[in-house]
Amino acid sequence: MIDHAWTEATLTASRPQAVAALLRYFRNLDDAEEAYQEACLRALRTWTSKGPPRDPIAWLIMVGRNAALDQKRKTQRLTELPDEALLSDLEDVETPMAERLDNSQYRDDVLRLMFICCHPDLPATQQIPLALRVVSGLSVKQIARAFLLGEAAMEQRITRAKAKVANAGVPFDTPGPVERAERLAAVMQMVYLVFNEGYSAGPKDDARADLAEEAIRLGRLLLRMFQAEPDVMGLLALMLLQHARQPARFDANGDAVLMEDQDRSLWRPNLIQEGLALIDKAMRHNRASPYLLQAAIAALHARAPRFADTDWPGIDALYATLERLQPSPVITLNRAVAVSKTKGPQAALDMIDPLGERLSGYFHHHGARGGLLLQLDRKREAREAFDRAIALANTAAEAAHIRMHIDRLIAESGEAARA
Amino acid sequence: MMYAVLCYNNEEMVCGWTKDQDEAVMAQLSKVHERWEKAGKLKPSIRLLPTSAATTLHKQKDMVLDGPFAETKETLLGFYIIDVSGLDEAVVFARELAAANPGGAYELRPIHLYLPGAPIESAYEADRQYAGEKVSA
Repeated sequence: MIDHAWTEATLTASRPQAVAALLRYFRNLDDAEEAYQEACLRALRTWTSKGPPRDPIAWLIMVGRNAALDQKRKTQRLTELPDEALLSDLEDVETPMAERLDNSQYRDDVLRLMFICCHPDLPATQQIPLALRVVSGLSVKQIARAFLLGEAAMEQRITRAKAKVANAGVPFDTPGPVERAERLAAVMQMVYLVFNEGYSAGPKDDARADLAEEAIRLGRLLLRMFQAEPDVMGLLALMLLQHARQPARFDANGDAVLMEDQDRSLWRPNLIQEGLALIDKAMRHNRASPYLLQAAIAALHARAPRFADTDWPGIDALYATLERLQPSPVITLNRAVAVSKTKGPQAALDMIDPLGERLSGYFHHHGARGGLLLQLDRKREAREAFDRAIALANTAAEAAHIRMHIDRLIAESGEAARA
Repeated sequence: MMYAVLCYNNEEMVCGWTKDQDEAVMAQLSKVHERWEKAGKLKPSIRLLPTSAATTLHKQKDMVLDGPFAETKETLLGFYIIDVSGLDEAVVFARELAAANPGGAYELRPIHLYLPGAPIESAYEADRQYAGEKVSA
């Protein structure tokens, strides 16, 4: 007797590897997805009566492939000429159930499947939905809900993305080390994009918030395949440490709570522990990478029992390394926040001001600037910065947070006027 | 007699549990724990972090590799619980053990949850009682 929850969880967990292997056989996303779908239907029937197989993924690949071949044979018998070349080609790659699909094969399959979804021809707005549909197996409805889009519109977006990758022609032979590394880098970036979609969701936007957990699941999958990659450890650690704060990020009204005001007892200790353990492992490789450095910064926040205990010099130093590795005005901006804690608001402002032009359209730039100006008691300029920030807010939570500052400034100036 | 009860499950599934699902399972388990701990029979219980956090020392070649121990020929013979500053110190400990007892591997897995359980002495008391019951029956 196996329970329904187990079957469902196993099918979800098996999907990336199974679809990836089926894609290698069929070399076509739609065929691979359809074959997997069929295998799942058969699994629901067979597993409940006969018990689960020893290796569910191998079972699903086998059954999906055979079912699809049966279907092909049937339809081809009805058409004039059976495409024997295609059939024998597929027979050639037949592997008996007994043969264990080794980790390295899975690895390149899954990497290829994920890489297809983050093809450089696709804009991020198509990459993420495609990956969620194809790799994670979320329904179009679920994805549409996460992106606040109609189902039909999302369906169209995914179909368009699929057509584009079908024409892009991703090679199916085993990638060389350089190509593999390039694919991995692109896939990691895509996974982090998925995470950020979830992370930036508002408090009541559960559909979108779930994407953070989905990204963590994909991150675990990547690490299982690339066990010795410190960068992958860093990516997973970064996502775990950020996600650990989720229960404390919004108050009862749904307003964003700044990290300094968060109730740290709500942070999820198991995610923090895992993140810290991953950083510990990655550090042994002595290879700094952007994800690992960002994870290390998140770790310093996670390790501080209270906001006042935060190791700001440590965070400043990590941002400095990150700046050297990956120069970007956003990183300098973040570093400035740490500098404001160690050297005061003026030093931070001096770092931020030269970035003004490049970050003029960036919400956090104006928000942080407003905060620093406020600390320096330059209220009029602070108000200007907050006004620009609120116009650029991406989410209701971001806007609400700035609104609070502005309201306070208005109230104070009102009091000052009365006094 | 003392037993080690080793827990196995599909990690990907367990990691995919939501916080609520995880807490529900832990609450159900804790009822069982409580009963056996009260009887003095449940000693320390441990929940490990996922294999993503694992590191393995292969003893013969003195190689520290990322990831869990994956060979199928060797089996689990025992384990240690250590309280150290981090992975580096854990590796030092494992290396000392390896020098004393070569062959096989040590997998280092961070502990996620450690419940001390009933004191160890009472296990022998329970053992004696159990043996006595068997003899008198």
